[in-house]
Amino acid sequence: MTLRGRVPKHGPQHQNLPVNFWCAMSLRGQVWKYGNNVDTDVIMPGRYCHITDAKELAKHVLEDLDAAFAGEVRSGDVVVGGNNFGCGSSREVAPMGLKTAGVSCVVANSFARIFFRNCINIGLPIVESPEFASKCAKGDEVEIDLEKGELRNLTNGAKAAIPPYPPEIRAIIDAGGLMNYIKRKIAKV
Amino acid sequence: MNLIEKILAAHAGLKEVRPGQIVTASVDVALANELSGIAAIEEFRRVGATKVWNPEGIVVVPDHFTPAKDIRTAEICKKLREWVWEQEIPHYFEVGRGGIEHTVLPDEGLTLPGQLIIGGDSHTVTYGAVGAFACGVGSTDLAAAWITGEIWLKVPDSIRLVFEGRPGRHCFAKDLILFAVKNLSVEGARYKCVKYEGSAVKALHMTGRFTMCNMTAEMGGKCGYIEPDETTMEYLRSTPARDRKFAPLRDDPGTPFGETREFDVEGLEPQVSCPPSPDQVVPVSAVPKVRLDQVFIGSCTNGRIEDLRLAAEILRGRKVHPRTRLIVVPGSQRVYLQALKEGIIETFVVAGGAVSTPTCGACVGGHMGVIADGESCLSTTNRNFVGRMGHVNAKTFLANPAVAAASAVAGTIVHPDSVLTPSRVAVP
Ligand code: SF4
Repeated sequence: MTLRGRVPKHGPQHQNLPVNFWCAMSLRGQVWKYGNNVDTDVIMPGRYCHITDAKELAKHVLEDLDAAFAGEVRSGDVVVGGNNFGCGSSREVAPMGLKTAGVSCVVANSFARIFFRNCINIGLPIVESPEFASKCAKGDEVEIDLEKGELRNLTNGAKAAIPPYPPEIRAIIDAGGLMNYIKRKIAKV
Repeated sequence: MNLIEKILAAHAGLKEVRPGQIVTASVDVALANELSGIAAIEEFRRVGATKVWNPEGIVVVPDHFTPAKDIRTAEICKKLREWVWEQEIPHYFEVGRGGIEHTVLPDEGLTLPGQLIIGGDSHTVTYGAVGAFACGVGSTDLAAAWITGEIWLKVPDSIRLVFEGRPGRHCFAKDLILFAVKNLSVEGARYKCVKYEGSAVKALHMTGRFTMCNMTAEMGGKCGYIEPDETTMEYLRSTPARDRKFAPLRDDPGTPFGETREFDVEGLEPQVSCPPSPDQVVPVSAVPKVRLDQVFIGSCTNGRIEDLRLAAEILRGRKVHPRTRLIVVPGSQRVYLQALKEGIIETFVVAGGAVSTPTCGACVGGHMGVIADGESCLSTTNRNFVGRMGHVNAKTFLANPAVAAASAVAGTIVHPDSVLTPSRVAVP
């Protein structure tokens, strides 16, 4: 299954997909490229952190770094960053805002640890690949096949493998996020 | 093993752990503020959970947008409060009885050496100062821990920062940590456990140690710690922790560290972090001249009584520059009361400063001191990212409370000496 094309703004289609969509399909979209140390304050500024409606949050995502982003991002698009992406505040509204805005995956050279955990936990695909990130420019069309573990830049032909996740993290991904994982764990007991 | 590895092993029921290993560990304390808390409560309810694993192990402190700044925040705080009552959580700090989470918890004896603490806030790392493992997490992690009492954690690599020497005048813990952030950069300790040691760290009182561990987050560290010593024990005995059982751990002798950095801080000048990133640090004498619209003294980094004393000492008998606003926010009700008793609050008010009730407020660009387009603010907080304290075109500089107070008087960023001995600056 491939996710692509223009969808109504802030009405991301992947929200209705089965919980294990992470590994059951490939993601496709355009690249939004940013630099090093993109912090969660610019991803979701503090002044919006008391907003609990995900759709409203999505209207402000990345506002302080790239004011055009929230208005122009299309469902399936991929955010590509440099080193230490998502540093700073633990605010989960940052990855939640990206996810709700339609971002299908975040790729970077490296991630800040809380941001990485938050993405895994809320079921927003996150891939650490300096090799691939360096070969992406703004507007490139990329395809990410989570099942095969492959990153492809359709614009310039670059390819990279997705590094495998440790089994403990893989289990959370497969469950479709931490809460589903916990739910299953509890059900088993 | 180092102290952190020992804590992780003990909480995972293992004899030993190694860096890189992923463990499932039991949690002693799971902290939430109103922002991380409200999202965690939603997740908690969404999966049909009805009871938390242990009400005693949960601490809830509404502090970011409290006292409620608008109807929306009021609704969040209301839901938070109702959940706390429903779950019968004893450690809840209502407005007027708490303050900023990381100032409140240690002073209430809720963070002990050897504990495993997680918090829905990146500055949860502060509690490493008492010899605990403490790290920040997101709301979903928090919700999961509330249900299960457990969390998965990767055992972090370690880095040791050794500070030797006696820093110069008006140079404090904030300057040591800013100096380290400068040297390591905002990602220098990414995913790592940071140990602070050396004669300059040993000499710090607990307030300074909290300040240092607090800013572990600004180097990307997973946790930071200082080995408990007599200073730690004396502090713990002064808090309700004295009635609780705990066993302080230390590193095994000769335990290896992934990396060691040594900093000679003999005669170090106060440091200032320039926007737009905490690692853009220069000595105060090298800061470009900037007219300050606002000076902010407070936050979980520098909102303790010792911090306020430093600022008050400089402001006593002086006035805040006519074109500059000074905002002082004690870190907690305890600190506020102590400052009142010592006459410090009066000093701030007489100097022309605004003093507010404990809150994160301006630090997070929330309320009570948000800065406008093009304005500059010198702040004792820990972050100066773009838009952090207000408008995206506003600038935030970070410094210690003495530099902040002196700069409020000068209306521009200065070394405290230039305010304390005006003749020195007057003579050409
Ligand atoms: S004072 Fe600032 S840094 Fe500290 S917890 Fe509050 S918002 Fe976070």
